[in-house]
Amino acid sequence: MTAAAARSRTDIGIGGITVRVRSSSAAFLQLLDERYAGFIERGASPDYEFGVELTPPGEGTADDDVRVYRRNGRWQLERGDFRAEWDPAARRGRIRQSANPYSIDTVLRIVHTLVLAREGGFLLHAASAVRNGSAFVFAGASGAGKTTLSRLAPADAGVLSDEISYVRREENGYYAYGTPFAGELARVGENLRAPLQAVYLLAQGAENRVSNMGKAEAARGILANILFFAEDAELVQAVFLSALDLVERVPVRRLTFRPDAAIWELIR
Amino acid sequence: MNANRYIARAANVAARMIGGEMMIMSGADSSLYSLNETASILWQAADGVTPLAQIVEQHICAEYAVDPATALRDAAELSEELARQGILLLSEVPLPDPGTRPKAAP
Repeated sequence: MTAAAARSRTDIGIGGITVRVRSSSAAFLQLLDERYAGFIERGASPDYEFGVELTPPGEGTADDDVRVYRRNGRWQLERGDFRAEWDPAARRGRIRQSANPYSIDTVLRIVHTLVLAREGGFLLHAASAVRNGSAFVFAGASGAGKTTLSRLAPADAGVLSDEISYVRREENGYYAYGTPFAGELARVGENLRAPLQAVYLLAQGAENRVSNMGKAEAARGILANILFFAEDAELVQAVFLSALDLVERVPVRRLTFRPDAAIWELIR
Repeated sequence: MNANRYIARAANVAARMIGGEMMIMSGADSSLYSLNETASILWQAADGVTPLAQIVEQHICAEYAVDPATALRDAAELSEELARQGILLLSEVPLPDPGTRPKAAP
């Protein structure tokens, strides 16, 4: 038996949280290693573990709405193309899906939103980058300019994500982490972590401009861009309070921009 | 209108004052509400045991130059609207203990 044939797992570390994925398919694990290149950990101690049962291709569709709810203390994650169950107390779960990277990508996003909700963090529809040791998040809906801004990032900036940003509260403030959750660039973010310096809510315009915002307006802007899927009143409230806490502690500004690299001169 | 009406904050909502606005999130359906100044006063005073008329008298009429009857009518209408949204409970009797309150309307 070769070492490759004996391998039954891969560890994916995102936002300081390691998820071990077990599968009997070496090809599937190889696919994950490629998909999450830069976020694969070796010799890590996992925080959570999922076993993947592969189904024949073509079962279900990713076009269905995702459902996330709790039953008997276990999270149920469902979409046409996958079904997963996760016991947060045991830190174990299982996923039933075909051998594709998209279904498990959605499961991982959901699991991270659930973990972060209890820890004062969340995933945002936002691009993010690290420059000079500080992280900046650029939030906005599709078409707001997240991908454009990421493309225009200067060479000394590390792009954390062009689509889904990872924000969590730690002992001494908020931090942004790189994610492999790619958008239109189809480029995995850099696996970096930095203290969050500012959040910008994106608006396209005729000129480049940064404007201050009232805290209530900032909170509405942040809340509108949070990814959260679970039908769970307690966690919905927790995420809401986390968003407002962030607005109290981190500057949130409006960033109006036209697509030119000069916009990055305003980011500080 | 019953002057001895009582109002209480519904369960399953989170609320926080930010930037001068009371923002409320319904845990049931993730709806976000933002209350104006008067509505915020009512919300903060909605302890389930103080009659609405007393809340209006102590917190609204004492602060604003407003006719008490008009203020009470406006407060009652506002309370009914917030109750329809499921974030406030209305009752003809006190609602002292959150654990014994009826569930908010969906």
